[in-house]
Amino acid sequence: MTKTIGDVILRCDNISLSFGGVRALSDISIDVREHEILAIIGPNGAGKSSMLNVINGVYHPQEGTVTWKGQTRRAMKPHESAESGIARTFQNIALFKGMSTLDNIMTGRYTKMRRNLLWQALYWGPARKEEIEHREVCERVIDFLQIESIRKTPVGRLPYGLQKRVELGRALAAQPELLLLDEPMAGMNVEEKEDMCRFILDVNDEFGTTIVLIEHDMGVVMDISDRVAVLDYGRKIADGVPDQVRTNPEVIRAYLGAGH
Amino acid sequence: MSGERPDLSLHDTFPKLLLFNAKVRGQRPASREKDFGIWQTWTWSQVQEEVRALACGLAAMGFRRGDKLAIIGDNRPHLYWAMVAAQALGGVPVPMYQDAVTEEMRYVLDHSEARFAVVEDQEQVDKLIEIKEKNPRLETVIYNDPRGLRHYAQPWLASYTSVQERGRAWDKAHPGVFEAEISQGKGDDLAIIVYTSGTTGQSKGVMLTFKNVILTAKAGIDFENLGADEEILAYLPMAWVGDNIFSLGESYVAGFCVACPESSNTVLTDLRELGPTFFFAPPRIFENMLTTVMIRMEDAGRIKRWLFHTFMGLARRVGSRILDGQPVGPLDRLLYALGRLFVYGPLLNVLGFSRIRLAYTAGEAIGPDIFNFYRSLGMNIKQIYGSTEAAVFITIQPDGQVKPDTVGVPAPGVELRIAENGEVLFKSAGVFQAYYKNDEATRSTKTFDGWVQTGDAGFLDADGQLKIIDRAKDVGKLNSGAMFAPKYIENKLKFFPFIKEVVAFGDGRDYVACFLNIDIEAVGNWAERRGLAYSGYTDLAGKPEVLDLLQDCVNTVNRDLAADPHLFDSQIKRFLVLHKELDADDGELTRTRKVRRGFIAEKYGQLIAALYSDANHCAVEAQVTFEDGRKGLIKADLAIREAERVPPMKKAS
Repeated sequence: MTKTIGDVILRCDNISLSFGGVRALSDISIDVREHEILAIIGPNGAGKSSMLNVINGVYHPQEGTVTWKGQTRRAMKPHESAESGIARTFQNIALFKGMSTLDNIMTGRYTKMRRNLLWQALYWGPARKEEIEHREVCERVIDFLQIESIRKTPVGRLPYGLQKRVELGRALAAQPELLLLDEPMAGMNVEEKEDMCRFILDVNDEFGTTIVLIEHDMGVVMDISDRVAVLDYGRKIADGVPDQVRTNPEVIRAYLGAGH
Repeated sequence: MSGERPDLSLHDTFPKLLLFNAKVRGQRPASREKDFGIWQTWTWSQVQEEVRALACGLAAMGFRRGDKLAIIGDNRPHLYWAMVAAQALGGVPVPMYQDAVTEEMRYVLDHSEARFAVVEDQEQVDKLIEIKEKNPRLETVIYNDPRGLRHYAQPWLASYTSVQERGRAWDKAHPGVFEAEISQGKGDDLAIIVYTSGTTGQSKGVMLTFKNVILTAKAGIDFENLGADEEILAYLPMAWVGDNIFSLGESYVAGFCVACPESSNTVLTDLRELGPTFFFAPPRIFENMLTTVMIRMEDAGRIKRWLFHTFMGLARRVGSRILDGQPVGPLDRLLYALGRLFVYGPLLNVLGFSRIRLAYTAGEAIGPDIFNFYRSLGMNIKQIYGSTEAAVFITIQPDGQVKPDTVGVPAPGVELRIAENGEVLFKSAGVFQAYYKNDEATRSTKTFDGWVQTGDAGFLDADGQLKIIDRAKDVGKLNSGAMFAPKYIENKLKFFPFIKEVVAFGDGRDYVACFLNIDIEAVGNWAERRGLAYSGYTDLAGKPEVLDLLQDCVNTVNRDLAADPHLFDSQIKRFLVLHKELDADDGELTRTRKVRRGFIAEKYGQLIAALYSDANHCAVEAQVTFEDGRKGLIKADLAIREAERVPPMKKAS
């Protein structure tokens, strides 16, 4: 498989983030290039999720800047990042349990809906036409993720692995340019992991979506990522292609738990 | 116009029937497929355009008269069209089982000498890439769903749409060729080669002509009075002959619409949305639906449960009689109409059967309870008996005379004969030409004067309806000279939910005796509700209460057998309940859960000896294999029970 990795699409410069006295991230710089799959790995508490939260504007770093598609900013609201083409999934599934798969995926289209509540309540006319367009996007996502059989099933009744897939579906419904996946394979069995890997690679390949993912399963990370960044205690200790990272002595030390 | 029927002496091939349908009912739906959550529909004239484009594309790629076209995939309109496109050029489609492993697929591809293949998706393409290395005769593979195939660079791969595009251009450059090719086809031409599933040895290619398929389809349509407004769901494997008769044969002759489900996982949902008027399913599917209904009813509120049970009681009493047009009192009729409003109608709607006019089941025996459940709701479900060699139909149950334990009367145009050894023989318009490249098998199945051996043993009952009892080679004789059909007896017992497996003995013996296996879930549940304590399988299977329960089942079966003059002597005299479940890991069952009689007779020789003695118990030790591969011994002392045998009398129920 050949793919061309483009220019830097997201640049994080010297990011530092503290919660009170706890320094979650210190002076981290990471570049993400167009079309690549970048994995962020690191031991528990290394600051991986914080990094994702900085990228999509949930946390505002005290220092440093984030440059997304040429626009530099320090603080951005989550909805602004969503509207600018960044979508994400969460470590703990954050779906509406009582709603169906389809409805959950439709919520991924929320930022793209132009008609206001009143129009939508009226149902007929332009709002209806718009709804049909959104539904079509969602149906393509459902087809892509092969979840036709659970389209109308309330998400709370689905097994964990499928819920994760629905969450990915909701993120894809937003047709993002950058997809942030926070432990997409946590708690899955081998078969579910294989499926998920396939979908991540397919998303990257078929839609050209840039992907940043956090994952603990090293086999998965080494297999599917183009590049791996390693965090440890809020610092970046390595950044490179999987083979480089695998043999990096500092990474090995961090994972084997040498004293700090 | 929608009722107009083709003159089958003129329109004697599927491509000709397609042109006919496009002419007389061009704007009516022909194919549907659920895609992106919506039922996409193609009219007959659109289907004609699609088939034409593909056929011309195939012609442009060098597909010639007599070439075989392999079809591999789930039921998709595009694959059905590909079959007709091949036939339009005088080629022969060979539909194959889509879930076959590479090696099986390789055999069929190799044996059928297919040069072209039309497949559904990446999964099948991957298999063919592997096969093509060893089987270079396969030249071109056309895929329908391009997903995941973007990076496949093989020059012999082409997408369905690209072939069609090529076809449209070719069509413009060669006007009239498509029509000319179609008019060359004749009813006696080979229409299709259907490979048998190969459960008994290597699979064989059954050659059927257009006449075989079309006349059989016509007979089925006339028998059941099917029209152009039927709607069916095609979800059973395309490689199965029945799908070719229902989804291609009957659809093209009657002009009705065939719908394909979104995926194999969504069949039940799609069924509900579509509400077909004509439906086919093996007994297993009807059984699963019934189980789901029963479980959900147990969870329902008290009023609903009361309504359900009250009205189902009524339906069991009069439902089938109303369906069969037999006399029923006015009060019962009124109550039944109420029941339809409150219970039967909504229930059928949930199952997707609100519009159903006709349902078929076949393949194996269906439990009378399941069968009667659907009939009592007013659904006209019938059993058919058939085979690939007959282009499906051998017998059909006629309206108004449906009996759960027979498979009906010979279908129109079918002659039936029972051979000396009890084997069922038939002759019909649907009888296959030959097995492809296998004259030896053809000779051993089809006699020179056209009778085909089914391999099944059966007999005609007093009403002239056929009763299938067993595979002919398994049928034996009791010492009295009476016929002994183990499977028939076993199936009767297995219809009880408490009995999981049965092994009946009797060939060359004085009487019939059998081993029973309890169904641990059903019996366990039964025991719990009665407050009967047990420690495990062996303990439960040995409880006197459980033995009493099973004895009732055996007695009921005996009463049923007594009513049948052919099987009167097959009543069970003695039985025992095994202390362990028969299992494939211990070699007692095959992987497809069929009883291995020889092995069991050897392993449990002492138990059989005890069954044919006066002993009322027998100690046994049996080796078992645990799931992790370790072996262990189970010891038990099994009680042997005497069942009640009844003198000849009328049927028990």
